[in-house]
Amino acid sequence: MGLVASFFGQLCGKEKKPEEERHLRANDRSFNLTYRYANNAIKTSKYNILTFLPRNLFEQFQRLANAYFLFLMILQVIPQVSSLSWFTTAVPLMFVLSITAVKDANDDIKTEKVDFSWNQLADPKFVFHDHSLLETVKQGNPDAQAFFRLLALCHTVMPDEKKEGELYYQAQSPDEGALVTAARNFGFVFRSRTPESITVIEMGKQVIYELLAVLDFNNVRKRMSVIVRSPEGKLTLFCKGADTIIFERLHPSCKKLVEVTNKHLSEYAGEGLRTLALAYKDLDESFMDEWKQRHHEASTALVEREEKLDELYEEIEKDLLLLGATAVEDKLQDGVPQTIEQLAKADIKIWVLTGDKQETAENIGYSCNMLREEMKEIFIVAANTAEGVKEELENARRKMSSSSADKPSVIKARAGLFWLQKTETVQDEKVDGEYGLVINGHSLAFALEKDLQLELLRTACMCQTVICCRVTPLQKAQVVQLVKKYKQAVTLAIGDGANDVSMIKAAHIGVGISGQEGMQAVLSSDFSFAQFRYLQRLLLVHGRWSYLRMCKFLQYFFYKNFTFTFVHFWYAFFCGFSAQTVYDEWFITLYNLMYTALPVLGLSIFDQDVNDRWSFQYPQLYTPGQLNQYFSKKAFVRCMMKSCYSSLILFFIPWAAMHDTVRDDGKDIADYQSFALLAQTCLLIVMSIQLSLDTHYWTAVNQFFVWGSLAGYFAITFTMYSNGMFLIFTSAFPFIGTARNSLNQPNVWLTIFLTSLLCILPVVAFRFILIQLRPTINDKVRHKMRNEALPATTKHVHVRRISTRRSGYAFSHSQGYGDLVTSRKFLLKIPVRTRPALFTETDSPLAQNQPQHYRTITEEPEGSQSP
Amino acid sequence: MMASSYNAKDEDGHITVTGPGGGTLRSKKPENTAFKQQRLPAWQPILTAGTVLPAFFIIGLIFIPIGIGLYVTSNNIKEFEVDYTGVDMSSPCFNCSQNFSWNSTTPCTCTIPFFLEQPYESNVFMYYGLSNFYQNHRRYVKSRDDSQLNGDMTSLKEPSKECEPYAYHDNKPIAPCGAIANSMFNDTLELFYNDPNGTKVQIPLTNIGIAWWTDKHVKFKNPGAGEANQNLTAVFQGTTKPLNWRRPVYELDAAANNDGFINEDFIVWMRTAALPTFRKLYRIIKSPSNGMMPTMPRGNYTLEVVYITTMSKNLGQNLFNQLNPDYPVRSFEGRKRMILSTISWMGGKNPFLGIAYITVGSVCFFLGVVLLIIHHKCGNRNNSADISN
Repeated sequence: MGLVASFFGQLCGKEKKPEEERHLRANDRSFNLTYRYANNAIKTSKYNILTFLPRNLFEQFQRLANAYFLFLMILQVIPQVSSLSWFTTAVPLMFVLSITAVKDANDDIKTEKVDFSWNQLADPKFVFHDHSLLETVKQGNPDAQAFFRLLALCHTVMPDEKKEGELYYQAQSPDEGALVTAARNFGFVFRSRTPESITVIEMGKQVIYELLAVLDFNNVRKRMSVIVRSPEGKLTLFCKGADTIIFERLHPSCKKLVEVTNKHLSEYAGEGLRTLALAYKDLDESFMDEWKQRHHEASTALVEREEKLDELYEEIEKDLLLLGATAVEDKLQDGVPQTIEQLAKADIKIWVLTGDKQETAENIGYSCNMLREEMKEIFIVAANTAEGVKEELENARRKMSSSSADKPSVIKARAGLFWLQKTETVQDEKVDGEYGLVINGHSLAFALEKDLQLELLRTACMCQTVICCRVTPLQKAQVVQLVKKYKQAVTLAIGDGANDVSMIKAAHIGVGISGQEGMQAVLSSDFSFAQFRYLQRLLLVHGRWSYLRMCKFLQYFFYKNFTFTFVHFWYAFFCGFSAQTVYDEWFITLYNLMYTALPVLGLSIFDQDVNDRWSFQYPQLYTPGQLNQYFSKKAFVRCMMKSCYSSLILFFIPWAAMHDTVRDDGKDIADYQSFALLAQTCLLIVMSIQLSLDTHYWTAVNQFFVWGSLAGYFAITFTMYSNGMFLIFTSAFPFIGTARNSLNQPNVWLTIFLTSLLCILPVVAFRFILIQLRPTINDKVRHKMRNEALPATTKHVHVRRISTRRSGYAFSHSQGYGDLVTSRKFLLKIPVRTRPALFTETDSPLAQNQPQHYRTITEEPEGSQSP
Repeated sequence: MMASSYNAKDEDGHITVTGPGGGTLRSKKPENTAFKQQRLPAWQPILTAGTVLPAFFIIGLIFIPIGIGLYVTSNNIKEFEVDYTGVDMSSPCFNCSQNFSWNSTTPCTCTIPFFLEQPYESNVFMYYGLSNFYQNHRRYVKSRDDSQLNGDMTSLKEPSKECEPYAYHDNKPIAPCGAIANSMFNDTLELFYNDPNGTKVQIPLTNIGIAWWTDKHVKFKNPGAGEANQNLTAVFQGTTKPLNWRRPVYELDAAANNDGFINEDFIVWMRTAALPTFRKLYRIIKSPSNGMMPTMPRGNYTLEVVYITTMSKNLGQNLFNQLNPDYPVRSFEGRKRMILSTISWMGGKNPFLGIAYITVGSVCFFLGVVLLIIHHKCGNRNNSADISN
């Protein structure tokens, strides 16, 4: 109603004064309502009952086709101009308009319902459903307890307990968070920390450990340790780190355990899990005092501080006792590497745009098989100046192709409706071998500048894999725009977070992943689903089918209407160019509307040349679509030529057969009405057969539609040409008796048969020859399909990379957090770090700022314990 | 199976949201039905050598005999055609076709002798043929009022606009209105058999049964058809005849069942032709009932074209072609023909279908051979080739 009110307001010429202040009283709804401020209900529905008809009609006539037909209809009202009755255009136009109106109304009602649900949506208790937290508390041996105690103590995670019992963990890496959460789920709840202490609830009992030192992580050490004093006064060093590093520092007594653990670790690594080895060591007070003294000296040293500290750490982290190993499953959703592999086979170029930091992004790149160790080189662009970025990009390009020209080859062309649109396309360049490119946000900012963007595009397109990390939402959209503009490629953006929205909107196709990241991405996307791996079904199966169906539909539609029209063209030579129609006016009205509508609808709903499993088996079936092979200007011309041929047959065969001939009782059959009936019957039968030839997938519905349409044609024709219809609507149905008098003639049927055969035979022969001489991939797969059993479903075996690096730990950690947790800085308010969204990775790691409410214990961490 | 593997994972990611009232919003998960998951059972034919090649050979083998049958049938039909337009000076009809030489008081008749080389058995059909006459011109085709022709009284008095400019004359509605009716063929053709012994016998011509049954009984009706003691003259009172006609519509035939709108010559004319060259059934020569004699034995015949002379006295000032004695076609370089023909199960003489079937059948067979060779040489190699991954 607000809309209507403001509309009337404008109508009455009321001038709006700029609003400077608003009076509101907290929690006084009735007072606030007196001001008639706009409420904050979300409204995305377009119409109300009053505005529906005019607005919807206005919108529909904005479509070129509808406006064209409206214009045609107006022309047909003028008898001097029109060769047809008014209803030939009016009936189909009304039909299309009303169908669209019903659809729009339906959509709008649905939107209104969604609005309603969102307007509730503002409830604080609105949480995910799965509360069932598996609380498995291990009883028993001290080693197991020490294992989880270590996990609860040895980390740099920050806890945040806003409410009693609702813990938020902020971890620098997802692995850290996962491990702390695992410990918590096993009864060792990391509760809070101060620079000097760590509070843990062990099996329901609160224990406060004194934190003596954090031996921080760095890329050389590949481990971190904490030294704590328990309330009983026991000093312990807990250490976790890359297995190879830890094993070097173990006490010889652990030898047996090492063997077992090693075996486990190999298994985990084979499965692509990220592993850590855990160890501890009891310290005695005197050693500790002395070490602490030296530690203090070293950490305050002015020269070679790092070296000295490393030396000290080295000294204390030895003769460790192995506790076990952990393995963290990749946070990647199921089937991400397989999906990426499939898409790559389908010749789809994948760029990762992520807000994650470089190490994480690279790590994920490896784990989802985008970066591979057999790649010749992975270029990392991380310069801080425009010149630096330019140089790095150029160097990378030279390395990939030494002969590459300085200037990119840009092809300028025109495209679109009436070739009004200017396009510039950067040509692909040939590269031997596979390369990867990692570029960080800082460099990307320079690279996206006008003078560098083509260089970026060139270099990036030469690489198999492109990963942009630390990217802002705006940059994501810019990258998509860049590819759209200079590659003339169809882009698809997929993401789950709010910071992916701009990219999703910029791309041709936006896909939102619904999940824990909220609904913004989903709401702004064209498609949404819950798992990244459904992307391959979306593209390789449904996308491909959809393209195929659309192209077939278009080709068929052009074919049937061109043929229909060309026949009139030929007839013009025989009717004194008087624009007499070949067909009955009713046939013209119903041809597109009824007789040929359902079969092609069935085709465009059900057709599939290759079913879903074969589509997965051969992702390269997707490539013809990228090359626009099924419907292009060439295909259009071919279609026109075919129509031309068909129309020649469809006119001249009946012409020759009926010329000067008579019925088998000597009476007239070469009259206009009989000829019209013969020509339209031929046309319809040819169209039905042509559709049948195009249909690759004959469901019962297709059969019903094709036969039903033909039967419907004869039924409707006989009805319209019946005595009754003529006597009731004399001037509308002048074809009375034509069907009865001509369809009982053998030569009419012989003509129909001959015409159909002549239209179809060349098509069949041509297609057969093509299959024999130059079979397409589709033909081959279809042939295979016939002779072989269905391929098995996509294997869900984790065929991950066989990694030579056993621990991915190093890749998800960075230095410096140890200092942070021991300083007082973190007690100040730390701005909430929003988790940067990752292009391929959609299951949010536990590191994010979110309550630990979902089940994790069964899936994510895998603890291996010493027996 | 793909779908079942999805089922196993269905719960992941599908969020069930619980509203504050505790009601669960419906999940958006599509139903797992064959229709919605695009798994409907289907027949998936492909073009293989096993289906295409036999089809070509079989079509070839079927078409050639059909074509031969059609061709023989068409050849057995006897047809005789004579042009009587009278374009040449030597033509007997030349004089009648020239308006200047015609004297309105005497009938103009032209006599065309012809010789039938073969006897014509069973019913013989007599057609008049017109060439270059565009009965299918859009504005011509439209120029009629089916309601009027169906006996509608209102339309009789107020003809449809479609009939313009042949709807009214002298403020009287024209019956039948429109350009089609106005241009009705009106030459009278008569046939004589010249006996070997020299006598000239007129051949009886039947003018009943030349129109479609549906036209005669459903589409065309005289106004007030149901009434008893129907008097056509009275019914058509207040209307005027079409400009080019010599007689009003109720004087077309003496027989009541062939007069007015249901006159069969008129009905035949009103069924407009699809093409500019056409023939229309004029009369039927019934075979003699004893059956021993051919309907038209071999011999000499005479065609007499009688141009109607009973013109109303007060006409002639406005339309030039009313001065023509014959049905005028010379102004548009038309031709008039008289055709005698027997018929068969496939209608009149038309060799096209037979020839077309023979040709298409042969082409099919030949194509079959070509495709077989192609398949033999290339097909196996290509289809067994592996699909590169």
